[in-house]
Amino acid sequence: MDVGIVGYGVYIPRYRIRVDEIAKVWGENPERVKCGLLVEEKSVPGPDEDTATIAVEAARNAVKQAGIDPQDIGAIYIGSESHPYAVKPTATIVAEAIEATPDLTAADYEFACKAGTAAIQTCMGLVEAGMIKYGMAIGSDTAQGAPGDALEYTAAAGGGAFIVGKNGSETLAAIEGTYSYTTDTPDFWRRDMRPYPRHGGRFTGKPAYYKHVLSAANGLLRQLQLTPQDFAYAVFHQPNGKFPLHAAKELGFSREQAAPGLLTPTIGNTYSGSTMIGLAAVLDQAKPGDRLLAVSYGSGAGSDAFSIVVRDGIEDKRDAAPKVLDYVNQKVYIDYPIYAKFRRLLVK
Amino acid sequence: MAVPRFWREIPNRYNLVGARCGNCNKILFPPRSICPFCRRMGKLEPYRLKRKGKVFSYTVVHVAAEGFEDQVPYVLAIIELEDGPSLTAQITDCNPDEVKIGDEVEMVFRRMGEESQDGVIYYGFKGRLIKP
Ligand SMILES: [Zn+2]
Repeated sequence: MDVGIVGYGVYIPRYRIRVDEIAKVWGENPERVKCGLLVEEKSVPGPDEDTATIAVEAARNAVKQAGIDPQDIGAIYIGSESHPYAVKPTATIVAEAIEATPDLTAADYEFACKAGTAAIQTCMGLVEAGMIKYGMAIGSDTAQGAPGDALEYTAAAGGGAFIVGKNGSETLAAIEGTYSYTTDTPDFWRRDMRPYPRHGGRFTGKPAYYKHVLSAANGLLRQLQLTPQDFAYAVFHQPNGKFPLHAAKELGFSREQAAPGLLTPTIGNTYSGSTMIGLAAVLDQAKPGDRLLAVSYGSGAGSDAFSIVVRDGIEDKRDAAPKVLDYVNQKVYIDYPIYAKFRRLLVK
Repeated sequence: MAVPRFWREIPNRYNLVGARCGNCNKILFPPRSICPFCRRMGKLEPYRLKRKGKVFSYTVVHVAAEGFEDQVPYVLAIIELEDGPSLTAQITDCNPDEVKIGDEVEMVFRRMGEESQDGVIYYGFKGRLIKP
């Protein structure tokens, strides 16, 4: 495979709500929730933000970092489960806002939390086949959990954008392989016209998240004949803080390899943004030569695993746009009433 | 706002595309068809303005315009762009007491409103304070 990452960018809204604040409303013990999920607080989109605006900020950061002419982007795919329209693509809004129109192809993707990594794979194929020069893959979400549901503690907002191109002097990291594992598993779903998803409770762990994440990771390691010791970092989809650390351990990765890409404890689960932001956080600090594993998970269910080798180009590029930690640290806390207003939970 | 008008204005609403006069070099935003300085001598070309500027003046809105009721109190500012033109825009992601005249802002992409619950969503620019 001769493709790599030419640039990446992220965006996380500035507002945060603490687990304690949500637990207070529902009469739950905050320490138990925090300990059970390994989550302290989550990001909340402002009243004028949605999946499209978050995607635009991340995409503009990626273009800035890549230093490319957006007119050379031949494809944009946006993965989300909270597209602003049911019918009318988010991808055209983003393509217009980064001035990539009109000579390109674009579409929205849906596969719960892994639609963004599915978009990376599509771009890899198009670039490898020589059909496009650059492809942009975005994962962006403003996730909603029903008030009082366990998901309300983690459902957050954020996005990541990756520009894929042929390996060369421009690429800051090479994608040396990808492997996916997919089955029909109804662990989490949202029916048409319904505002909130439903989930299978305990069922979401073993037969869903772990089975797919572990199978995809092991499949990739087998394909590339690599072991966990060959990797500097490992990033996993992070619906909470606990699942990814447990998956890392099961696969034979240390906490040191998994911790730098784990953002859920401070920003919550950004759904389609989750693996993308985790990967960006690791690229923000990796050294040339480091090998990274990234494994997404989407309910329904499937996982995409990637092995990525950081190249020299990263040193010159990564300071051109805000980093993941810049967004993580720039925050303003809101209380539950303001949160309810921002998320339009109040009936007037 | 009607959908066709919004659609026509997408380049300036999303990307601050104004016009530059090839005769007097002045930059205009929003774009016009005739240079107000050179009249018939003017040669207008599309020009993308830099997304940076400064707060020239501002007011705190307590009685919201339609569709902005959930955002009060919010700041409406005249922003002087680095390229010269001034425009009026909301300052997003701030408490009204954070804003001062002269503050540096960047123009960001946000939801401006919607036609109705099942209508089109309008996107456009707002200012955001650049924190030192
Ligand atoms: Zn003129």
